[in-house]
Amino acid sequence: MIVGPRPLEEPSSGLAARLASAGVGDRVYRVAITLFAACVPLLLLLIAAEIARAAWPALRTFGFGFLTSSAWDPVNGAFGAAPALYGTIVSSIVALVIATPLAIGVAIYLSEFAPGWLRQPVSFLVDLLAAIPSVVYGLWGIFVLIPLLRTHVVPFLKDTLHLGATPLFSGPNYGPSMLAAGVILAIMILPYISAVAREVLLAVPRSQREAALALGATRWETIWGAVLPYARSGIIGGVILGLGRALGETMAVTMVIGNTHEISSSLLSPGYTMASLIANQFSEATGDLHLSALMAIGFVLFVLTLVVNALARWLVWRVARSA
Amino acid sequence: MPPTDASPAATRTALDVQDLSAWFGAQPAVRGVSVGFREREVAAIIGPSGCGKSTLLRCLNRMHETVPTARVEGRVLLFGTDVYADGISPIALRRHVGMVFQRPSPFPTMSIRDNVAAGLRVRGGGAPSRAETDRIVERALRRSALWDEVKDRLKASAIGLSGGQQQRLCIARALATEPAVLLLDEPTASLDPISTQKVEDLLYELRSEVTVVIVTHNMQQAARVSSSTAFMLAGELVEMAPTARLFTAPADARTEAYITGRFG
Repeated sequence: MIVGPRPLEEPSSGLAARLASAGVGDRVYRVAITLFAACVPLLLLLIAAEIARAAWPALRTFGFGFLTSSAWDPVNGAFGAAPALYGTIVSSIVALVIATPLAIGVAIYLSEFAPGWLRQPVSFLVDLLAAIPSVVYGLWGIFVLIPLLRTHVVPFLKDTLHLGATPLFSGPNYGPSMLAAGVILAIMILPYISAVAREVLLAVPRSQREAALALGATRWETIWGAVLPYARSGIIGGVILGLGRALGETMAVTMVIGNTHEISSSLLSPGYTMASLIANQFSEATGDLHLSALMAIGFVLFVLTLVVNALARWLVWRVARSA
Repeated sequence: MPPTDASPAATRTALDVQDLSAWFGAQPAVRGVSVGFREREVAAIIGPSGCGKSTLLRCLNRMHETVPTARVEGRVLLFGTDVYADGISPIALRRHVGMVFQRPSPFPTMSIRDNVAAGLRVRGGGAPSRAETDRIVERALRRSALWDEVKDRLKASAIGLSGGQQQRLCIARALATEPAVLLLDEPTASLDPISTQKVEDLLYELRSEVTVVIVTHNMQQAARVSSSTAFMLAGELVEMAPTARLFTAPADARTEAYITGRFG
């Protein structure tokens, strides 16, 4: 044929060039987004390294005793993290104990029982709790929650439920306390747990509900036996998200916890958290060791949140794969 | 050829549907259907997509009303008792009228054993002992032809099973409460041919013990497993006849048009 190789050759070489150039663009794009993605873990490592470096003098001076010592004496240069570590963990646990059942209850109501017209407004209002600034929670805590606890809740716990004899509720309640911090935190993390649980429950396939109903399950048995188990790993994820918020919350807790560097078994006594300690003292830190001790507190908080998150991941993974 | 061994006179009517209509909101899905399903035989409901066959099935165990805005009118007599009468609990009814859905829906967090036993534990109080439960689970799994495949891993998760095994597990779960009637809503629509055949064999075996009503869009399946077949179109029952007759000599021209593949 006369049409020969020529007209065929030109377009094919042009196509090859175009294919090659498309390949280059793809490679540039891939390198660029890989760099962006690498920035995130890099930033995390950088922060960790910087905190560890600044905390090193205090950690070297006090060693492991930094975690177990209750001293906090800037004048004599003796520092220990135990009360703040204890306060952070206990206030967060109190918050979880109060918020988790409440939040899951809200989520069950909104996903299973609320009429359609009510679901959106109530969800919106619950979500709005997360939009209130921390300092406003703190103010509300000082002017409303603490008086309420002192005049109504604590007398009820002590006199009506006779819990005054237990270590948790022993001793006087002057106002600012671990309990107040726990309650404030519970309100603050409730929208997070509730929002996640609600979405997870709504995502449970209708086939699961129908399978339970078709077996003769009541509405409650369907929720308890089919819907909640199906959603449990997601709900645990929501609880962990709330715990993460509680561990790091600073302002509102600082305003109601009393900021006392002591460990007390009673929730009615004031306490301290690591975040509050740093926020309160950082600007007025005197001396390098004091500053370094605060950095070491920050390092402990950093490690604690990492450990909690790792535990949470492990828990979700285990629940997801177990029968 | 389909089984036609049971003569109509020898069996009672298990489910008698009388002038049943069902709606989703204002949209009618079933219009004035009257049909009877005889005890201890397999009946099939066929028809094109959207003809109301699944809705009709879901009215039989009152699952239709669990959908918001759904509404039902008419009567469904289960061995003479109107299941829509005042004072009849849909929850109690569903223990006597089991149901299997189109997609296998095992409870993913439960073991194989617990899945089968799930129906025994609902409605509190009456849960049988452990040994009794084991016995019921084995019987249900044997009846659904799954026992040999799972007897060594009853404690394993149900989601480790294949799709066909999961569907037979759902049939076992429905059988465990010893229902008088078993409703199946396109039970093999999501299964491969071999799993489909296993389920069909199983239905054929079950007909001596339980009344089976199966909705299917697969006419060959209806021909294989059922002894009588109902054909529905646009929410109405066109005709119901012994399966052999419906597929060879339908009384209605629309039935003939459908089974010869002229629409649907």
